[in-house]
Parts: sequence; structure tokens; C-alpha cells
Amino acid sequence: MTAQRQSRGSPSFGLLVALVGVLAFIALTVCAESATPALWRIFSLRDYNTRVVMGGTGLLGVACGVIGTFMVLRKKALLGDAISHATLPGIAIAFWVMVAAGGTGKYLPGLLLGAAVSGVLGMGAILLVRHHTRLPEDAILGIVLSIFFGAGVAILGVIQKMSTASAAGLETFIYGKTASMLGEDGRRIAWAAGVLIAISVLLFKEFRALCFDAGFARAQGWPIRTLDAVMMGMVVTATVIGLQAVGLILVIALLIIPPSAARFWTEDLGILVWLAAGLGALSGVVGSGVSAAFPELPAGGVIVLVASSVFVVSLLFGRARGLVFRAVTHLWLEVRITRQNALRSLFEVSERHSAGEPVTEKALREVRYWRGMQLHRALRRLEREDRVCRVLGGWRLTPDGHEEAQRMVRNHRLWELYLIHHAAVAPSHVDRDADLIEHVLGHEMVVELEKLLDATVAEPAVPESPHPIAAPVEEGGT
Amino acid sequence: MNWTLLDTWMLATGIFSALSCALLGNFLFVRRLSLMGDAISHAVLPGLAAAFLITGSRDSGPMLMGAVIAGVLTAVLTQGIAHAGKVEESTSMGIVFTTLFAVGLLLIVRAADRVDLDPSCVLYGSLELTPLDTIRIGGMTLPRAFLVNTSVFAVNAAIVWLLFKEFMIGAFDPMLAVTQGFRPRWMHQLLMALVALTAVACFETVGSILVVAMLIVPAATARLLSSRLPAMLGLSLAIAAGSAILGHLGALTIPRLFGFEDTTTSGMMAVAAGAMFFLALIFAPGSGVLAHARNQLSLRRRIENEDALAALYRRGEGMELATAELPSPRLLHRLERRGFAAESAGVWQLTPRGKEEAESVIHAHVLWERFLVDHANMRVDHAHQSSERLEHVTTPEMREVLAETVEKPVTPPSDGSILPPR
Repeated sequence: MTAQRQSRGSPSFGLLVALVGVLAFIALTVCAESATPALWRIFSLRDYNTRVVMGGTGLLGVACGVIGTFMVLRKKALLGDAISHATLPGIAIAFWVMVAAGGTGKYLPGLLLGAAVSGVLGMGAILLVRHHTRLPEDAILGIVLSIFFGAGVAILGVIQKMSTASAAGLETFIYGKTASMLGEDGRRIAWAAGVLIAISVLLFKEFRALCFDAGFARAQGWPIRTLDAVMMGMVVTATVIGLQAVGLILVIALLIIPPSAARFWTEDLGILVWLAAGLGALSGVVGSGVSAAFPELPAGGVIVLVASSVFVVSLLFGRARGLVFRAVTHLWLEVRITRQNALRSLFEVSERHSAGEPVTEKALREVRYWRGMQLHRALRRLEREDRVCRVLGGWRLTPDGHEEAQRMVRNHRLWELYLIHHAAVAPSHVDRDADLIEHVLGHEMVVELEKLLDATVAEPAVPESPHPIAAPVEEGGT
Repeated sequence: MNWTLLDTWMLATGIFSALSCALLGNFLFVRRLSLMGDAISHAVLPGLAAAFLITGSRDSGPMLMGAVIAGVLTAVLTQGIAHAGKVEESTSMGIVFTTLFAVGLLLIVRAADRVDLDPSCVLYGSLELTPLDTIRIGGMTLPRAFLVNTSVFAVNAAIVWLLFKEFMIGAFDPMLAVTQGFRPRWMHQLLMALVALTAVACFETVGSILVVAMLIVPAATARLLSSRLPAMLGLSLAIAAGSAILGHLGALTIPRLFGFEDTTTSGMMAVAAGAMFFLALIFAPGSGVLAHARNQLSLRRRIENEDALAALYRRGEGMELATAELPSPRLLHRLERRGFAAESAGVWQLTPRGKEEAESVIHAHVLWERFLVDHANMRVDHAHQSSERLEHVTTPEMREVLAETVEKPVTPPSDGSILPPR
């Protein structure tokens, strides 16, 4: 229980570190371009336009972060990739239809409607092929992605040669053009984000089951296919509203990167969703802010790079799964195990000697392999803890140390006896198995072992080793 | 449609890039790395841009180098992040390629003041322009892109031919490959490098979208048609070449039908590949939608026939059957057509052949009942239900085994009747 609590970690600390990372990124950019006044003007939100753009991309980040979390957990992260590419023919056809109807073809809601329709068609194609063939999922996604996108390119090719209207600017959907965002676009994103978040909150329990235990969800009688379709529909929505801001190739980044980054900070789905939303918002706001300062940079690219920096920081420093955190935990475990091994070896060697005779490091090296200074360091640490003391020519256990070592050796041998009597493992093989388990043997386990073995072992005494204690040949030799 | 020499060169270039991609696509497909093609084709962008920024020229050599490095980097980073961060591999792929693509976009913009390195050119390619850029070799004037694509195809084909066994074992059984000393990881990196090389060579001519389509679609289509790798390779090459030809024809003709100018060839090639996939999905022998439906239908027919035969047989044995248990007139006529039953004086009787068939079905039924009751500890009334289903799928071999297993003489486990106990 406590271990679980520890591993969860505190997202507040995590957020802090992530913020520092992002601020460092901004600082670097600022130093590089020495555009401090411009950045200050942007991040103090003085212009209406800036407020709209940053608010819009921030909300987009929230929406994508929330729905992306479920997709990443379901290992369907690249579904968004397929769907976002599948929107292109819809955009092109919508443009064509609007031109044929006599308009300019640049009416954004119409284009987005077209995108949504063809996104849904793409989703349907994925489901259809999945139902009728046994092709692997990644191939299905790739097929739908490339064919739809190819069709889109072909239709755009037709449109660009039309004399009636200029199709210039449709490419912004591929790369995104944040700066073109207007107040109504911001409101549309806000609405869509609100709906997506509301659905996620309402169906949180069902989505959680779908992510972690689809079999359970089915046993509950929940409509798995409908839920799946709802989730895909949410991806389509998030993709379509993201088209304008970051473009269809990079909107997938907002669906994947913030949730994956958040995953390094927490093991709790509830926290994970909000954290992913927060990191998504952070990427959107900071990215669009930076790109507003440098108008020649494509906003989509900057937003994605901010998200990637957040990811790298999380990968390194995440409180729950980050590399540094895991390395430190690993190091501590190793130190603890070395210490316990030193104590036990000391006990086992002195067991064979007459009482009070010091044990040399050479003798300790004979019963177990130690790397370089490992043994010496462990002994010094034990000395500081007053578990051993240095005597002429070697080391000796103090009363405290003796007691602890006795307990450890007892656990070790209880496990060995258990393996011999109850698991039918040969006495010559039990040492290594017990060596692995003794460091993590809990109190309850020991009580359980005592109950099982009560006939053979009396309470405080250390049972005799069931096998001769000597250095394992292959280890002693190295 | 007016076909010119330009069209011939465009088509030849398109075919060779499609072939190069489709060849490698098979190995990506069997390793479940299809989307790696997509990822790499996006991720080579920063490699191209960086090579340009460093050398300051649009020479193919450094560009190719940069792209191959970026491609291998994508593969390495994807595996590295998946391994170190315990992230799922496709997720990590998504993170890596979007990031690299974003970097590429920014680099291109920075380079933009000095060069016309247009991202949309990478995306769509400009097959239409390739015949104009020519070089002279040995007195022949050939388009440069055609030479590049044919040589890439030659390289791919040579490596696949030389290392076919290694690639195949590495794809299907990496463990076996390790024990055989093949180094599947090196094979993997080699494959990734080849994909990157091919992607870059084809970008300029056909655009990244066709690269992605040709890496994935022909191989998947071939998989629907065959389950053997060598056959898959051949089929996918044929499909790739076919979609290149159809795509170019389509680009010239289809928009005209609607009264427009012609369109992007590479886009139409992807669409043509998609059409072929769709056809295979519907018509593939064995696994296609139609074949599947036909199998279902014939199975249903057989079960109906066998049930009807058994019912007639039981009535012939003097058993009372409810009207609902009697075969429908439609079914009876079907049996008559097959010579299993005949009508005489308004009463349907089994012919000798029909009787033989019916006996075999009922024999299977009784064997299964006996087996389920005696050897699987099933209750008598449950055994009947299961046997009703199993009797239709009992092969002669199965029947032999059953007959050896159950006790002789074989009698129905219930009250001696072969009907469900009431």
C-alpha cells in the first residue's frame, strides 16, 4: 500500500519541474532572438488577437490532452494520425462544392464540416477493414491514411487548376496557420473542447474500463462498440478543430505527446487526464505565444516543439516513471541489498569461526562476489550505523548488528527450507533463489513461513544452513 | 487524352518508385511496422533541411545522407524512447516523427530566405516536372529522376535478393535469427536505412504521400491474396506497378470526365492502389468478403440439408414429428434436385442415396452424444444440443476416432430415441 502511494508521486512537484523546463525553453528562444519586448507584450495578453489565439490553442491543447489520454492508454495513439490525414479529401470537396454553389470556397465552418464528414468516413473505413480482414491494426491505419490523403491530394490538384476560384490557402490545413484565428474560431474551439471534456467526464468510468479491462466492460453489459465509436468520434472532433491551428500532420502530436508526458508523473488515471489537459494547454499557449513573436515560424511546429520539450523533461524527471527517478530508486535498492548481503555474509562466516574472532574481507570475498570497492563501502556504511566494528585484522558484528544479521539469515534459511520442503527444489539450488527473495520478504511472509515450518524451526534460533556455505564457483572466480 | 513522351517518362519514373517502396513494404508489413514508413517519410524532412543548411546547396548527395541519417534516427529514437520510458512503441513513434517533422518545418522556414525548399513539394512531389530535368549518359538523354529511381530499385532488389533469408527469419522469428547468428537488430536498422533512402529518392519525384501509400497498400493487398512471403513479394510488385499505371491514366482521364484539367499523378496513384486494395478486400479468394459470404452460405445450406435429411429419416423410422420440425417445401425441393428425396403420392420419401446421407449424419450425432455423455461428463439433455451442432462438422477422421473411443454397441444415451428427450 505504502509502496503504491510512493510510486504515485505528487503531480504538483512534477508540474513545477515541467514549468521550469518550458520557461527555460522560452528563455533560450528569447536569448537567441533578443525579442524580449515582443514576448512580454504577447505573454501579458495585451492584444485582443493574441488573447484569442493563445486561448484557442490552449483550449485545443486541453481537448486533445483529454481525449489523447484515452487513446494512448488504449495503445491506439496513431489512430489520430490516420483520421487527421483522412480529413483532407473532405476539405477539398467542401471547397469544391462551395465554389460550385457560387461562394469563394473559403467559408471555414463549411470546410471544417467537410473535414469532419471525411474524418468519420475514414473512421468507418478503418472499422470496416478491421471487421472484414485479419490485417494488423497498423497496416489498416496506414492504408486508410495514405489512400484518403492521396485522394485529397488528387482532388486538390484538380481544384488548383480550376479557373473559377483560387484555392490558395487550403494548404494551411496541412501545416496550420494559428495567426489567422478569429474570435469566432476561438469560440468554436471552446465549444468543442467543452463538449469533449463533458463527454469524458460523463463516460469516465466506461472509458476507464475500456482502457484497462475491455473484457470487464463487456461483462458489465456496456456497449463496447458504441463506446469505441464515441471515442473515435471524439478524436475526429479534436482533429477537425485542431486543423486550423496546427495543421493535420501535427494535430496528432497534441493527441499523443501531452498524455505520454503526463504518464511519467502519475499512475492515477484521474490525475493523468487533467495533467495531460494541463500540459496540452501549456504547449498550446506557450507555443502560439512564441510563434506570435516570430511570425515567420509556423505555429504548429512551435507548438509541437514546446510539447516535445515538455515530454523530454517529463521523460527525464517524471516523478512516477521518469528516468532519473527510476535510476535513483534503483540505486537505493542496490545500496540496501549490498548492505544486507554484507551483514549476512559476515554472520555466516563468523558462524563457522570461534566466537569473537574477526572476519577478514578476504574471507567475505570467498563466500560471495563483490564488485571492486562495493564490499568495503558497505562495511564502512555499516560501521557508521554501528552494526559492525573494525577490529584487528578484520570486522566483527556489534550486538545490534548481530541481531539484525541473525534476523536476516533466519529469513534466508526459512525461505530455503520452504523451497526444499514445499517446492521440492534441490538443496544445492536454493541459495540463489533465496538470495533474490530475502530482501523483499515482508513480515507477513515471514510469519507465514514460520507457521509452515514450525516443526523444523524454533522461534529466535537461526536454523542451520541446509547447504554448505561456500563461494559459488562461477561467481567467486570472476 | 494525348499521350506524349513526357507521359512515358513520368510513368516509368512513377513505376520504379512504386516498385522500390512496395518491395520494402512487405518486410515492414510482416514486422508490423507499416506505420514506420509513414513516420520515416515525415521525419526525413529535418535531415533534408539540415543537409541543405550545412552545405548550402541542393546537391543530392548530402541531402540523401541527411535523410538517411534522419530516417535511422527515427527508428533508433522510437525504440530508445519505447524502451527507456516504457512507452508503447506506436506512441513513441508518434512522438518522434511529429517532433522531427516540426523541427524540419522550422528549419525549412529558416532556410527559406535562401532557397526554394518548399514543404509542399516534399509532400506532393512533382512527377509532372521530372522529365524536364535530364542528364546525358552515353549519348542518351535520360531524366535524372528516372535514373535515381531505377538505381534505388536496383539497390533494394539486390539487397532483398541477397539477404532474403535473413530478412525473412528476422521478420518472422527474431529469436531464431539470433540463434542462427543473423543479428536481427542490424537487419532492422538496415531495413530502416533502406526505407529512408527509398523515401528520399522518391520524395522528389512522387511526394511523401505516394511513398507512404506504396510502402503499405501493395503489401497489405498482396497479403489478402496470398499467405506466402515470396508470393506476396511478387504480387505486391505487380500491384504497385499496376497502380502506378492506372493512377497516371486516371490522373489524365478522370478529371476530364467532370470537365476539369488533369490532376496530380501521385495522388491518383495512391487512389488507384486504394481501389486495388478495395477490390482485393471484396474479391480475394479465401479471405475476401465475397468468398467469406459464399462459405457462410454454403455452410448454412449444408446444415439445412443435413437437418432436413435427418428429420425425414426419423419420420421414416416412425417417429412423430411436429410440423415445425418438418423441412419446408423449398428445402424438400432442394433435396429432390440433389437426388436425396422424392415425392410419391404426396408423401416425401428419402431415396436410397438420401437415406445413406441421413444415416451418416445421424450416426455422427449419436457418436457425439455417446462421447459427450460418457467421456466429457455432459448431461444427456445438454449433449443433444451440442451434438446438433457438432454433427455437421464431423470429418471422416474425427468420426473414426469417435467410433474407436465410445463403447460398442453404439446406442443413443437417452431413452433409445434419437430425438431430444422431452
